[in-house]
Amino acid sequence: MSTHILTSDPTGAPPRTSSKPPGVLRRVWAQSEGRVGIVLTAVVVVLAVFGPLLAAPLTGYTPYQFADRPFAHSGVFGTDNLGRSVLARFLDGGRLLLLYSVLATALGMVVGGALGMLAAYARGWLDSVIMRLNDIVLAIPQLVFALLAITVLGPKGWVLVVVIGLTHAPRIARVARSATLRVINEDYIRAAEMYSVPRWRIIGREILPNIAGPLSVEAGLRLTYSIGAIASLSFLGLGMQPPTADWGLMINENRIALSVQPWGVLLSVFAIAVLTIGTNLLADAIARATAQTTVEE
Amino acid sequence: MTTAPPAAPGAAPAPGAAQPAPAGPADGADVVLRIDDLRIATTGDAEILHGISLSLRRGQLLGLVGESGSGKTTAGLACLGHFRAGLKHTGGSVTIWPRGGERIVVQELGEDALRQLRGARVAYIPQDPALSLNPAMRVGEQIREVLDVHRWGDSDAAREARVAEVLADVGLPSDRDYRRRWPHQLSGGQQQRIGIAMAFAMFPDVLILDEPTTGLDVSTQAHVLDTIRDMTRRNDVAGLYITHDLAVVAELADRVAVMLRGMLVEEGPVERVLHHPEHDYTKRLLEAVPDLAGRKAIGGDPYRDSPARIADDATAPPLLAARNIRLSYGEAQILDGIDLTLEPGECTMLLGESGSGKTTLSRCVAGLIDDYTGTVALESAQLAPSTRKRTAEQRSAIQYVFQSPFSSLNPRRTIGESLTVPLETSQRVPKARRRRVVEEALDAVRLGRSFFDRRPGDLSGGERQRAAIARALVNSPRVLVCDEVTSALDVSVQASIIGLLRRLREENGLAMLFVTHNITLARHIADNLAILNRGRIVDYGPVDDVFAHPTHAYTKALLADIPTL
Repeated sequence: MSTHILTSDPTGAPPRTSSKPPGVLRRVWAQSEGRVGIVLTAVVVVLAVFGPLLAAPLTGYTPYQFADRPFAHSGVFGTDNLGRSVLARFLDGGRLLLLYSVLATALGMVVGGALGMLAAYARGWLDSVIMRLNDIVLAIPQLVFALLAITVLGPKGWVLVVVIGLTHAPRIARVARSATLRVINEDYIRAAEMYSVPRWRIIGREILPNIAGPLSVEAGLRLTYSIGAIASLSFLGLGMQPPTADWGLMINENRIALSVQPWGVLLSVFAIAVLTIGTNLLADAIARATAQTTVEE
Repeated sequence: MTTAPPAAPGAAPAPGAAQPAPAGPADGADVVLRIDDLRIATTGDAEILHGISLSLRRGQLLGLVGESGSGKTTAGLACLGHFRAGLKHTGGSVTIWPRGGERIVVQELGEDALRQLRGARVAYIPQDPALSLNPAMRVGEQIREVLDVHRWGDSDAAREARVAEVLADVGLPSDRDYRRRWPHQLSGGQQQRIGIAMAFAMFPDVLILDEPTTGLDVSTQAHVLDTIRDMTRRNDVAGLYITHDLAVVAELADRVAVMLRGMLVEEGPVERVLHHPEHDYTKRLLEAVPDLAGRKAIGGDPYRDSPARIADDATAPPLLAARNIRLSYGEAQILDGIDLTLEPGECTMLLGESGSGKTTLSRCVAGLIDDYTGTVALESAQLAPSTRKRTAEQRSAIQYVFQSPFSSLNPRRTIGESLTVPLETSQRVPKARRRRVVEEALDAVRLGRSFFDRRPGDLSGGERQRAAIARALVNSPRVLVCDEVTSALDVSVQASIIGLLRRLREENGLAMLFVTHNITLARHIADNLAILNRGRIVDYGPVDDVFAHPTHAYTKALLADIPTL
């Protein structure tokens, strides 16, 4: 709430007032959950991004090189089912997972956000058509839909991204639509209509910035689901294909020797768990941080 | 806190004292509630109330006036022992002397005792009756709930009888059918009288009224004020009437206290404070209140007939003409054949209550609503109904300023970005010069260029409204449609905005359609007055003519019901 200062002089400019809330990032950091979320996410992201560069220098083997007999205990974390260094493959295995889940989430946000804002802004028949089609897609379980698409199109990277992204879109569209409906009756949007601002620009400049709060929360949540979905598909053998190093795939490859050489499974499970918990905490913290600013006056 | 002992009996505040002298209950239970040096701070330790001292006397109403943010509601709620989230009590006390009971110090009570106190000894009437009544509960039950909670009476029959009695007291029907109505079946004025009935049900000693008539129309407000005055006298209750409307205080209250930024600057009998104010702030506040007679000079110079007006030329078409505008939604006829003309440099006030169709009409003129029938013409050219179908020149010629400055500017964009939008779509000036045009408009509304890169969140309501007016000016319009532009603002800010609009008319020869519900502004800004009632213009002509010879019963009632200082 901005403090009002009485203007004594009717002709002069009113005195300045200042009440800028601190930035979203600082409010996220101020919460303990936000701090934990940022740290957990950052650790796994750094590992996934820089791991591939460190794999060979650190272990002496590339992720595809034969290091020892299968499930041996040589090296820091031993070898996997084909005798490759687990540590090297672990360091190399996060990059694609992270890349694909970020891309899939981004695709879902763009498609879902655009559809949701369009539906809320246009209202009428377009709203009905978009939202009913949405409901149809929502009725199909996400993983089943992905299995179907991958069976038909083959387990390629772009198929993974597109399928996960598009199955996210209807959920994001619902959030975007309800957030848009909350701001659509504000006078600044009516003012833009009055000045005959092109409609796509009203959506991009007047609506989008004002629903960024709920959308960023949704993005964090969808990223968590993307990571889970892609790791699950890899585990099922429909995501990343051998000999690619990938956390989901590693769990599948090494689970037969869980009691003999658990590291091949445990490292990957641990990394995926930390990443999903981290992004989830972060999304919650962002939700709380942005909720404080949505109340103006 | 019981450190302050009651002072000598009969120590009534001397006229002219800025602080009331502390008066004890010993003088015949005269003082019912006393606030002693009350201090309230935010949890961040910024003090909101800087030591308020007030006394409420039995059978009297004390008007507590101040602008938004002055702490008047905070002080009122403290009498109930309530502090809004983020506020804490840091000093001082509220003491109550109920009828035939022991002295109560509100700050010493626990949660349960406070709950017993609220509604029984101290009652509260909130601002918006539509929000404070439970929509899923019959009105009779809502009043009875107060009695049930405080275990009043011996039997259900006694409680029912009390509900009927208090309904009759506030001038509502008390029969069983009426008690079984839902809140949505009542008008705003009736809803507020239900709120008053709830407050009086337990025979309270103190009544806190927080702007109870702010959302109501003038005629309804007059009825509700009558009810409040009557009930306070009849029940011998001490009332604290919180408001920003000095005219209402003049009508209703016995004494008045003026608050400024958490401090009490003046307190005394209504007659003295309103007619011979001593504190500078009270004087300024009173100067800013518009009067029906138009004798005051609110917002600068007194209003003169606009010099920009050119001699009547019967052959030339008017600058703006609305002909036979009709609009209905289903059964509801919102606008029913409106004819309105505006000459260059002329200001017409469009006056009406909420629901009269005044905003709808002004939006039809501005092209924001396009499903009306009838024509809007600028000079001789008929305008397309929708603003998108009008030419850039026509769009620039008519500019509309929205009611709420808190909603009309995009909070995520700077003032400069928002003000550049009209120039982008009109293509009137090349890109390179746009910043200069916007800065000139900011200068014209006395904000200054430094506001270009600031966001609405940093601005006060008055500053935002100036920015919104500047946005309407960048395209050099010929007609400015102002839709309730001062309703959301405090009186002193309203005065400065009125002064600004008047100067803009003189400098630029702007014609203006000034839409409002506040008839007292008429002589301060308008040449002509059109009175809108249920979608029809019932009185239309020069302001003085309409005031002197109102023809329609509605206009006559309106002029009779205005509270005046």
